[in-house]
Amino acid sequence: MRTVIAEDSVLLRAGLIRLLEGAGIEVAAAAGDADGLLAAVAEHQPDVVIVDVRMPPSHTDEGLRAALVIRREWPAVAVLVLSQYVEERYAADLLSAHTSGVGYLLKDRVADVAEFLDALRRVAAGGTALDPEVVAQLLVRQRSDPLDRLTARERDVLALMAEGRSNTAIAKALVVSDSAVAKHINSIFAKLGLHPGDDDGDRRVLAVLRFLSAD
Amino acid sequence: MSPNAAARRVRQWLATGPWRPARVRHNVAFVLVSLPLQAAGLVLLFVSSVAGLEVLHHGLVPGTGQLGKGSVIAGGAVVGVVVVAAATRPLTSLQRRRMRRLQGVSIPAVRAGEPLTWRELASSARSVTAMRKLAREAAAASRWAFIGRQLLYHLLAAPVAGICGLAAIGTGIGGLALACIYLYARVLRGTYERTHSWELAALTVAGFLLLLVMPWLLAGVTRLDTVAAVALLGPDRAGTLARRVEVLTQSRAGVVDAADAERRRIERDLHDGAQQRLVSLAMNLGIARVGLTQVPDEARKVIEDAHEEAKAALSELRDLVRGLHPAILEDRGLDAALSGVAARAPFPVRLRVEVAVRPSPTVEAIAYFVVSEALANATKHAHASRAEVAVGRTGDILRVSVTDDGVGGADQALGTGLAGLARRAGSVDGTFSLTSPAGGPTEIVVELPCAP
Repeated sequence: MRTVIAEDSVLLRAGLIRLLEGAGIEVAAAAGDADGLLAAVAEHQPDVVIVDVRMPPSHTDEGLRAALVIRREWPAVAVLVLSQYVEERYAADLLSAHTSGVGYLLKDRVADVAEFLDALRRVAAGGTALDPEVVAQLLVRQRSDPLDRLTARERDVLALMAEGRSNTAIAKALVVSDSAVAKHINSIFAKLGLHPGDDDGDRRVLAVLRFLSAD
Repeated sequence: MSPNAAARRVRQWLATGPWRPARVRHNVAFVLVSLPLQAAGLVLLFVSSVAGLEVLHHGLVPGTGQLGKGSVIAGGAVVGVVVVAAATRPLTSLQRRRMRRLQGVSIPAVRAGEPLTWRELASSARSVTAMRKLAREAAAASRWAFIGRQLLYHLLAAPVAGICGLAAIGTGIGGLALACIYLYARVLRGTYERTHSWELAALTVAGFLLLLVMPWLLAGVTRLDTVAAVALLGPDRAGTLARRVEVLTQSRAGVVDAADAERRRIERDLHDGAQQRLVSLAMNLGIARVGLTQVPDEARKVIEDAHEEAKAALSELRDLVRGLHPAILEDRGLDAALSGVAARAPFPVRLRVEVAVRPSPTVEAIAYFVVSEALANATKHAHASRAEVAVGRTGDILRVSVTDDGVGGADQALGTGLAGLARRAGSVDGTFSLTSPAGGPTEIVVELPCAP
């Protein structure tokens, strides 16, 4: 797997390179700002890009905007966005155009090496990785739609689905059996009007999308 | 009083009294330099009267009864008023300059105000902008009074001060002449001295007395002139208050903005500094935890603990920094920023934000702070199990309400957090209200004016 990273802090850039190379992941280039990142992506065509949201010059959301450009210009390149704070609004921006090969995590998550690498691989493989905190933010929205009809447990399951977890991982996180998870997921699909005729993978994405776009 | 203290007081009095040579020289110069300006007042009076009389005169002769007497008198009055009005402004500003340059007294300018609309009057109870206008209106009402006061100064006070000043100087010159008379008579007119020696001696003494009194007279005249100028050419009470409100409003807005900017700076510094270092530290410990499999159990335990500590510190610092001033608030507004706050509460929070037009960054920051603090209070003190946050903008008022189902009994006087909320709302003329009966629920409502 080849990556390009963009992070303005020299310290963290060095740390990330150490972490990735230690795990056998090739770091093709490391940029300090969004322009450098876009140039590096054009040159190296990596599998996945790791990008910090806040970078020079304005220190607001350059990284996020660069991520959106990358998803549009190079759809084959997956993007994992890291940030000191996660914001559901940024997540919605990220996922509004593409729901695959996208990740959005708190920077803190790099400290849990195994989980971080797991999320990175998932994103590189075309999956999603959403920080639990983003999901929590999405849940506080007051809405009047089918999501309100979900039970608390079903919301938990949906939240974990939104994070990009598999059924087995969800079962492990909630300490229930795989079949219980499957039952919850079917119930969620039914309540959200996603019928079995549709492809199962698509239904997952659609449910998550419904969840993310609800406002 | 001891003799020493008395002597000191006398010395002090001599050193600062009005008859110090430097002071006398200054006062004489002040009176003399002022004369042309003061004379200008008299000239003004004279010119306007003459102009009026001229019109009256010419109006009567060629008019041959065609013109009514009343209209001629009115015409004269108009010419007089025009001359006076044209001369008043420059005269006043010259007089102010004289006071500033010669007496070191600065007389602030009087500003004209604009009239209030009924709508502004209606909202004046809560808006300081309206109050400012109200104060300005009061100043405007006194504008006519101000014209009168200026005329009073230029036409009466200043000429009188000039005449009195001249008289004071004359007193000094006369005193000097009289004081010398004995000597003069004795040396040059020996016989006269012999016949009128007592009279001459009395006159000399009188001369010395006049010389002694002269500095006081001079100082008194100068002082009266200054007092009259300040009272008649400066703003009156309403004007001073209006000016004060203006200055205070501006300086307060400056303080609020400065505090805001400071918070942003701290957030930025922590983000670029401590937070990055902590992430790096936690990451390295994470790498060590995964990679160092061959170390003794004890060392491994230490690494694990350090790793967990670093992550906890990171999380605490993040919460703290986000409370200061989240970048997303500036970037995307209240709605986007508040979901982060609501999500961090350890209980379910319902969030409803309806703000079509974004208020100023300062008002947004305060609204954000209110929600953040209120939820922190609900967590720490109220032991709430759920809360509801509603933010809405109706017209020029941003209304923020936070309700929790906790134990209630919150008191603004007890909790520093709540007092801080009230103060921050007050800093932009917002209102703060707290309803928290024992047993709950607690409701905090903050209304912030956000005039465009």
